Amino acid sequence: MKSLIRLLAVMRKELRQLGRDRITFAMIVGIPIGQILLFGYAINTDVRNLSAAVADQANTHLSREFVSNLRHTQVLKIGQPAESPEELEALLRRGKISVGVHIPHDFDRRVLDSRPDAHLLVDGADPTILGVANQLVAMPIAFDTWTVAQPTQRGLEVRPYYNPERRTAVNIVPGLIGVILTLTMMLFTAVAIVRERERGNLELLINTPVSNTQLMVGKVVPYIGIGLIQLALIIGVGKLLFNVPIRGSVLDLYLAALAFIAANLALGLFISTVAKTQFQAMQVTFFILLPSILLSGFIFPFAGMPLVAQYLGEVLPITHFIRLTRGIMLREASLAELSNELWILLGFTIVAMTGAVMRFSRRLD
Amino acid sequence: MHDGKQSERGDDAYAIRARGLTRRFGDLVAVSNLDLEVPRGRIYGFLGPNGSGKSTTIRMLCGLLTPSSGSATVLGMDVGGSTKRLKPKIGYMTQRFSLYGDLTVRENLEFIADIYSYPRGGRNERIAELLASYDLVDVVGQLAGTMSGGQRQRLALAAAVLHRPELLLLDEPTSAVDPRSRRDFWAKLFELSDAGTTILVSTHYMDEAERCHRLAILDRGVKVADGPPAELQENTGMTIIEIRAESPSRAQAELAMLPEVKSVTQLGVRLRVLVPLETAAPLELVTGTLSAAGLPAESSIVAASLEDVFVAVTSDADNVERAA
Repeated sequence: MKSLIRLLAVMRKELRQLGRDRITFAMIVGIPIGQILLFGYAINTDVRNLSAAVADQANTHLSREFVSNLRHTQVLKIGQPAESPEELEALLRRGKISVGVHIPHDFDRRVLDSRPDAHLLVDGADPTILGVANQLVAMPIAFDTWTVAQPTQRGLEVRPYYNPERRTAVNIVPGLIGVILTLTMMLFTAVAIVRERERGNLELLINTPVSNTQLMVGKVVPYIGIGLIQLALIIGVGKLLFNVPIRGSVLDLYLAALAFIAANLALGLFISTVAKTQFQAMQVTFFILLPSILLSGFIFPFAGMPLVAQYLGEVLPITHFIRLTRGIMLREASLAELSNELWILLGFTIVAMTGAVMRFSRRLD
Repeated sequence: MHDGKQSERGDDAYAIRARGLTRRFGDLVAVSNLDLEVPRGRIYGFLGPNGSGKSTTIRMLCGLLTPSSGSATVLGMDVGGSTKRLKPKIGYMTQRFSLYGDLTVRENLEFIADIYSYPRGGRNERIAELLASYDLVDVVGQLAGTMSGGQRQRLALAAAVLHRPELLLLDEPTSAVDPRSRRDFWAKLFELSDAGTTILVSTHYMDEAERCHRLAILDRGVKVADGPPAELQENTGMTIIEIRAESPSRAQAELAMLPEVKSVTQLGVRLRVLVPLETAAPLELVTGTLSAAGLPAESSIVAASLEDVFVAVTSDADNVERAA
């Protein structure tokens, strides 16, 4: 009973302080909305409108029609014409274009025989652009007198599940939940204990009968509610603006988020017991945040990473959470089917929380 | 520890006993071999300049710092081990304001009451009582961070005594407040002391040190004097000579050259000269020196003030520093 009163006292104090801290309060709402707008619109792996130039040395009816077809794909945004392949190379080098299209003098004859019809000079430094340019290779080139284009024979046919329109937002938003929760949950709690130490409150607190566990749990519990509010904001905006579906159960999604929030809060607390100043706490948080964005499968496919990076990714809570959100939101998977990831998150929570409570010293030496 | 609580309380007339208490921070010895006996129900003062080990000692006594060597029992409990049972019995006021600046006065007190598990039934009455007694009624809804130094200090004391601790540890409680607030603050301390609370208070103000029932003077981590202030003043081992001179700074320069003179301190147009009791005819020595130098002055032997005590017991250390 006494310990419950103490726990509630710490929680009430934390909520009151939070309520008075307008900037933090604005961040709770502002960060999720700002980031989902930014990332939702900005991250797009389905690239369109690559700047391009055409050196049409054939200048025939067929070549002009070919260029017009290229334009209609909207993959290329064709600017001023160039004279020669050398000029295309110069434009590439100067960064004016990403793709140069060279149509040789004997274009018409090449279309008839087996040689390549034309060349795409691609700034291949960015693999994404190279991949997009490769799509253009499949574009048919034919004289319009060939009324029926011969159907091309293919061994495999791709049937895209879950995101047939290839909209990047559908893949990004479920991951974005993880990034935003990592950022806010970890940052808030990472500075939680350190701030009390810096302001001198801790010296008083550790001289009272409040226990380490009461202090730690009392400080983080209010943030669970905040995390759940943020989750509602992100999936709401995701649905409204980017039409990101929630095909599975919303309850499952919330349960998964609960485990993930707990893991981040515990990790944040642990940081809080290691860092000496708020600045250090923030540095450590960002040290974890960056791999959370890059190694978690949020942007780059997990399978594409070397083994070492995959192992690193596995020890980040967000990696498991993104598997959960994508599974539940996009593939209509149930939490039971993904229970492994859930157990890992709970394991994280227990380890980090235990570490934090143990590391927290009631002495100043 | 194996004794029952009753016998701990009954037998021991001292709230704090320390033997050879020492604390090192790397090479620095912050507190060295400190013996201390603080009687129950008394106000015990720690007087010393910054860095003399006052805060370090208080922190060791409440269990915030582990002693490097030596031992201390506070309210019958050893502070080297777990201080969990000690925490509810002591009230601690830190040097820096350590309540929450973004909570109101009432919210801070409610928080402290809950943390100390003050019984819910009497909680609001206790808070109302403290608000009235510490003159905080008018600012009850104000954020603690926006209050004046004096108000904050009253709040901090109210919070420290809310759970009616047996022992109060106050670390330079008046360093950030004006003289009037200091006077009021001490009136409160005497009230608490009369009610049976033992108080250990550190200060670097002489006038505050004078009010304590008993006083320890600390200098660079070493206790250099210990006793009731009046007793310390009687037993300085020095003759105190007060001089009114027309050009005090020149007189000071002349007197400082005498090997017999322990120290010369200028207070406005007056000089206070400390000469060890062993020196024969100290007044004649001083007046003779000044008239030989052609400096007209009136000299007389006066009673020692606490400041003289402080200078007398710490000046050896000053000499050490000059020689180093």
